[in-house]
This record gives sequence, C-alpha cells and structure tokens, in this order.
Amino acid sequence: MLSIRHLSCRVGSRDILKGISLEVRAGEIHAIMGPNGSGKSTLAKVLAGEPHIEVTDGEVIFQGKNLLEMEPEDRALGGIFMAFQYPVEIPGVNNASFLRMAFNAKRKAKGETEVDPLEFEEILRAKMKRVDIPEDFLDRAVNYGFSGGEKKRNEILQMAVLEPVLAILDETDSGLDIDALRTVAGGMNALRQPQNAMILITHYQRILDYVEPDYVHILLDGRIVHSGDKSLPLELEKKGYEWILDNGRDVSTRD
Amino acid sequence: MADQPKNINDFVNREYPYGFKTDIEVAKMVKGLSADTIRMISRHKREPQFVLDFRLRAFEQWKKMKEPHWAHVDYPPLDYQEIIYYSEPKQARRNPKSLDEVDPELRRTYDRLGIPLVEQKHLSGVAVDAIFDSISVATTFKQRLRDAGVIFCSFSEAICEYPDLIKKYMGSVVPPTDNFFAALNAAVFTDGSFVYVPKNTRCPMELSSYFRINTERSGQFERTLIVCEENSYVSYLEGCTAPRFDTHQLHAAVVELVALDDAEIKYSTVQNWYAGDPKTGRGGIFNFVTKRGKCLGKNSKISWTQVETGSAITWKYPSCLLLGDHSVGEFYSVAMTTGYQQADTGTKMIHVGKNTRSTIISKGISAGHSNGNYRGLVQIAKSAVGARNYTQCDSLLIGSQCHANTFPTMDIQNAASQVEHEASTSKVSDDQLFYFRQRGISTENAMASIIGGFCKAVFRELPGEFAVEAARLLELKLEGSVG
Repeated sequence: MLSIRHLSCRVGSRDILKGISLEVRAGEIHAIMGPNGSGKSTLAKVLAGEPHIEVTDGEVIFQGKNLLEMEPEDRALGGIFMAFQYPVEIPGVNNASFLRMAFNAKRKAKGETEVDPLEFEEILRAKMKRVDIPEDFLDRAVNYGFSGGEKKRNEILQMAVLEPVLAILDETDSGLDIDALRTVAGGMNALRQPQNAMILITHYQRILDYVEPDYVHILLDGRIVHSGDKSLPLELEKKGYEWILDNGRDVSTRD
Repeated sequence: MADQPKNINDFVNREYPYGFKTDIEVAKMVKGLSADTIRMISRHKREPQFVLDFRLRAFEQWKKMKEPHWAHVDYPPLDYQEIIYYSEPKQARRNPKSLDEVDPELRRTYDRLGIPLVEQKHLSGVAVDAIFDSISVATTFKQRLRDAGVIFCSFSEAICEYPDLIKKYMGSVVPPTDNFFAALNAAVFTDGSFVYVPKNTRCPMELSSYFRINTERSGQFERTLIVCEENSYVSYLEGCTAPRFDTHQLHAAVVELVALDDAEIKYSTVQNWYAGDPKTGRGGIFNFVTKRGKCLGKNSKISWTQVETGSAITWKYPSCLLLGDHSVGEFYSVAMTTGYQQADTGTKMIHVGKNTRSTIISKGISAGHSNGNYRGLVQIAKSAVGARNYTQCDSLLIGSQCHANTFPTMDIQNAASQVEHEASTSKVSDDQLFYFRQRGISTENAMASIIGGFCKAVFRELPGEFAVEAARLLELKLEGSVG
C-alpha cells in the first residue's frame, strides 16, 4: 500500500530524515518510536504533504501513485489521514460543518453526491457513539477552546468519519488520561480492517497495550535503526534507547 | 501546481475584475477648484439659487479648514487643484425619461458590472440608480415606486423636482461645517440618490445605487439623502467600483438619513472601489466619506451594514444620532484590507433620547501589508437615561505583515445607562490552512470557511442575495491580494 524508499527531507536548513525506507501493507499496523527530535513527526507530516518540509531525496509510492507529487488535499482525498500531534484551533468554523465539508469533499472526489446537513447528522451521530464523543462537540468551533484530550478525541472522530485507507497518528496518545486513551484506542481499533493500514507514532508502550502493532520501528536521528515486533517496545522500556544505539544496526529495508 | 494557491503567500495578484475603463466620450470640466468651478457645476445642473448659496457658503467654510490627518492612515496632502470636479458622458441625457434613452455603451458597462439597467421580472425586487462619474445615467422602476408613493431618483433631479424636501433636509444631519471633506462635498457635490418614503409606507422593493468612477483624475462627490416619514420603512444598498488607474481618485461622499417616529432605514454598502496595485500600492481610490443617520422620531431605527473591501484608503464612520426616545442605532461592519490598503473605519453612536439602544459589530480582516483600524465613539448624554450599547470588535489577521488596531472611545454622562465592549484578535495561519487541506478541503474553501465564520454576524444583516454576493466578494478579494 505504502512504500517509502530512501526518503530524506529537511526543514529550513536542517536535515531531519536521512534515508528512511518502510513498507506498509494493507491490514498492518506499524508503530514508530524514538526519542524527541528523531524525526517522527516530520515523517508523519511529509507523508501528509506539509508544505514547509522539503524532500531532498527518495520516493514514496502510495497505492501505485507518486505521493510526493500530490497536493495535500489530493493525498487526503486518496485516503491518507493524519491525526495531528497539536490539532490547530479554527475559531468561527463550526465543528459539524467542518466535518461535513471534509466528508463531502471526499464524496465528491469519489464521484458520489454530497450529503445535506440532516443526512450528515445521522452519519455523524452514529460515529460519535462509536468513539464515545459528547454531543456538544458538534456545536463548538473546530478545536477552539478544547482541552488537549478533547482535541485528540476530535481527531479520532474525524478519522472515524473520513474512514481513511492509511491513518497516520502522530502522538495521538500523548497527554491523555486513561479513559481518553481507551476512547482513542477504541477509535483506532474500529478502523482496523484488512484493507486499511495505520502508522502509529508514539512515545509510550502504553497505547500498544490497546492497539497491537504488527511491527515496531525505532527512529533515531532521522534513520530507522531497528525494527522488530510488538515485544520490542517492552525491551525498549526496560533498556532505553541507549541499548539500540549500542546494538545499532540498520534493518530498515525489509523485503 | 503553480496555478493553485497552496498557502497564504500564494494568494497573490488576482486581477480586480472591475478594473476596466469604459471608452466613452466625456464632457469634463478643467481641473481645479474655485468659486467659478462651483458656479459652473450649479449652472450646468440648472440648480435653484438656494443650492448655489449652500455650495458657496460651504466653499467659504472649506477654505478655512485643514485636511484632517488624525486617522491612522498615511498619505501625502492632496492637491485639490489637480482634481477634475465634474465629468459626464457626452451622450447621456439628463434624467432620461425611459431606459431606452440610456447610451448602449453605458448599458454595456453596467452589464459587465453585473447591474443590468432593465426592469425585468426576475430583477423586480431591486430598483437601481446608476451613477457614472458625476451624473445619474439611469434609475429603474421609478414609476412603480412612485405608484407606492416612494420617491427614488437622482439627487440632481430631486433638487429640481422636490426643492422643498431638499431645502428642509439637505445638510440637516451632516452640516457643511461638520468636517473638511463634508464641506468639500457640500461645495462641489454632483450626484447621488434621493429617497423619500411617505408616512405609513413600506417601500415595496429594495433600492440600490451603483456608483462608478470612470474618468481618470476625476473626483466623485456623491450626495445621498434618505428620508423616512412616520411609520415607514426602506432598505437601501449601494455598490461602488472604479477602473484601475495609477493615479488616486477622490471619492468624498456625504450620506444623510432621517428617520421620523417609528420609521426604519436599513442602509447597506458593498464598497469595492479599486484598491490600488496589490504589489506596489500604486493608485486606488481615496474613500473619504461622511455618513450619518438621525433618529429624529421616537422608536425610530437606523441600521448601517457595510462590507468594505476596496479603496486604497478608507476614512469612514457611518454614525447614528439617537435623538428620539427608544430609538435604535446599529452598525454592522466587515472591513477587509489587503495589499497596501489602509482603512480607518468605525462608527459613532450618540445617545441623546431616553432608553436609546445601539449595537456595534465590527469585523476587521487584514492581510498583505495592509493596515486596518476600527475607530468608534459611544457617547451617552445626560439626557439618555436608560441607554444601552453593546460593542463587539474583532480583528482577523492573515499573514504576518499586516496591522490591525482598535481605537474605541466611550463618553458616558449618566449612571443609568449600560455599555458593554468586547474585543478579540485572531490570526489565519498556514497551519490552519494545512489542517483543512489534510482533511481534503481546498485552500480556497478553507479560507472561505474561516472568513465566512468570522463575518457571519454581519453578513446575515445584508438583504437577501447580497449576503451571498458579499461572501463571494471577500473570497475573490483574498485570492487577489493576500501575500
């Protein structure tokens, strides 16, 4: 589904990613871990098409298409969803209308008819129930005045509504209490389908108790230095990133 | 894709769609201002003596006044001898009796502006007075309005046809001594609209005036007067555009509204004068306007709604003088500046009558290198017992090189009144736009949605289809000159 080859990029004059390769197949969940500043968020953003990141080398193929040549909105319409680490506040824009706009943009791209506010409300309410989101979310402006946890839940609600093919979750578990974590994990698991895939960027083992990854990769200084299965984070938790550095070997290119 | 704006900085250089010039022969006066210029204008318009006297008195006043520079805008003093004070299309008939008499070239101009000068069924909701440079070239639905008792005509025509009404009300709200530009207008005013709604009459249509300045270096000195007698109602809308010139043109208008007992006037403006080159700031209209409404009667109401998107410099404070007890004044404003535009706009609410109420909702949007200012005065006199004012003043910044300021003033003379003021400032960031795009929503739609949300409280005050038009106008404008 997603094939990243030797991807390098920089922000301003700083090189952030230095030759990342990663294969993600349908049905898989990949967790990406690593210390602060290792390039995890940049990886998420470059896949989503954040305009301030400059790709210097490599290619990304998503469902047979050259992803890096696509506009961010076209990537989104093609099924890529990124849950933002810091969801931005948009005062004045109603959350429900925003969701409907996004939902309809996707329908339009697929050649389907757009839904009116009433039809959409029905769709929305069903999703909200599933991801346990309070009703008042709809009447508020997008993320405006939301607590950290509410913002993360709102990302999950959007994901549930947009049903992406590939979801990239950038530290969606950070700063959540245990109830919110369960909600968020529930949303992720609901999306877990044989035809979908997920890249889960996280600092903590905790979320992986709820959402079990197929692969775990360790990102260090812009490179994937170690890949393993779900047991890797436990080992990491015990031994810290130093252990990887000592045993550092590049296993990022899997066949 | 280079043709698609990706972020805020890519929204540059969309053409001003109304920047074309009509190729038409005009009879213009030589530039420069003197008592002779004024006499020439007055004679040309065949005005009665009292109007000429009014003009000359104003001119004497004006000569003693100084161009005001207290507003938070920057421009070199104007050279009033370099302005052409009168310009009219040669072929235009004064006060054409029927629309068939309108020059086809002018007709085409208004078609291009989206204001067809016809009385077709589907347009039957709106009557139009079309003003081109210094004269009104056509007014639609005059007869149908006349049947309802409503007078809607050009100001020049009103001077000749209804001198008593003009004598009674002209200068009664904005006296020529009011300020420098009001005095200049009183001396050299050319055309504008006149509306008179008699007692117990609800004007059966929306009225609108469309102002167009076509001739380079000419000034437009519009004068509009609307009088609503007891228990009557009118909704009036004005629109304005001008061609793209490298030189500045002066638009110094005076608008006076008078509402008697239980009357209501709703006055809306969609101002889209040429704003100058968005990259260099060269050219564009100086829009120095005095608009004021007098709530003379009890329970009267005057409501100003303005969507200000054009002009190089805007200096404008549509105000309400709340004299009648229980009278109501409202000001709803969206002022958007982009490129190198400067705007200093707001309102004055002067409470004199008992239990008078006023509402001020001001939304400023600044982008590019522009400078947007809100300036407001809420004055509550000793006599205005039980007066109430609510002010909300919000600014939205787009990009990092624009400025927004608010200068609110309150002057409260009695303790039995209530005044509220709320203000906020927010910013449209590339991060917000990226967020929309990551959800599959284009930058254009994202911007429209943010701006639409911000302006909602004002747009809903505009009559019917104009709300949609105003929203569209802001979108076009932003695509044009944010950078």
